[in-house]
Amino acid sequence: MMNLLTQPVGLSHYLAVSAVLFVCGFLCMATKRNILGVLMGIELVLNGANLNFVAFGSRLLRGGTSDGLGLDGQAIALFVIILAAAEAAGALAIALNFYHTHATVDVDRAEELKG
Amino acid sequence: MDAVNWHTIFFWLFAMLACGFAVGVVVTNNIVRMACCLVASLGAVAGLFFLAGTEFVGAVQLMVYVGGTMVLLVFGVMLTARGPFVSMQTGGGQWILATIIGGALLAVLLQAAFSVPQWMAPKPLVPQAAPAPTAATLGLALMGVRVDKLERPDPVLRKGMSGYLLAFEIISVHLVVVLVGAAYLARAKRALGPRPIGLGGRSAPPLGAAQK
Repeated sequence: MMNLLTQPVGLSHYLAVSAVLFVCGFLCMATKRNILGVLMGIELVLNGANLNFVAFGSRLLRGGTSDGLGLDGQAIALFVIILAAAEAAGALAIALNFYHTHATVDVDRAEELKG
Repeated sequence: MDAVNWHTIFFWLFAMLACGFAVGVVVTNNIVRMACCLVASLGAVAGLFFLAGTEFVGAVQLMVYVGGTMVLLVFGVMLTARGPFVSMQTGGGQWILATIIGGALLAVLLQAAFSVPQWMAPKPLVPQAAPAPTAATLGLALMGVRVDKLERPDPVLRKGMSGYLLAFEIISVHLVVVLVGAAYLARAKRALGPRPIGLGGRSAPPLGAAQK
């Protein structure tokens, strides 16, 4: 345990954390019946991807500036954050509309378009 | 015994917080608890961003995500969490299937993350006490000027490193359009049932509609 705490942390550890976040978001999207729970799963997945971008672009983890994503990783992470905000706003508006018209937030009840 | 590695200790702290609260989002059925766990998990991820040396992205994560997007989600939770919708159970079969698929996905991703030996430990930093500020270079890159890799020797590669002005503009317009559309979609309806299309025109509002 002390060995774990004194070893330097590399890129793989960040990738492992983002993998856990991604899988948690995936499970959230797959199993939640509340439409807002599905939205929270999407947020978790986007955060996992963001952590990957930032870790690959980090100077501390990749050493110098010659390799790795560098500033591109941070810029793409910013874009992902902004797009996630836009996606949350749009999806939440759709969810509220669904709640107003159907009086439920259960995604299994949204079956009007089912063939 | 080696000296205490504070980066490692804080990394494990924030990693445990992020992963633990993310698992909490998955396992709980209460939508309000899910929202609280998600706030904590996103905050811990912002801490990981700070630890990776990208303090501007971490600050943006705290402000936009934890401060903006989560307020939006919590408002959605408050507007819809009533009666049976606070806690909705999922069937056991779905849980078993999702756990199998998620476990397989996690195994593949972890194996891929730890498969490259160059990623295991960081290279030694040459200028140890020279933390480069990232906000100014990032802002210049968003404005279309890249100043971070000017020392790259290959002029052909240097020419290709343009900025992000076009993407920045596209995302700005996208955000405006999405927010206007969301405000239009989410406006309050009076009736619960589906309204007939074409009767909701604004040409002749009834008397008293202006006082609403």
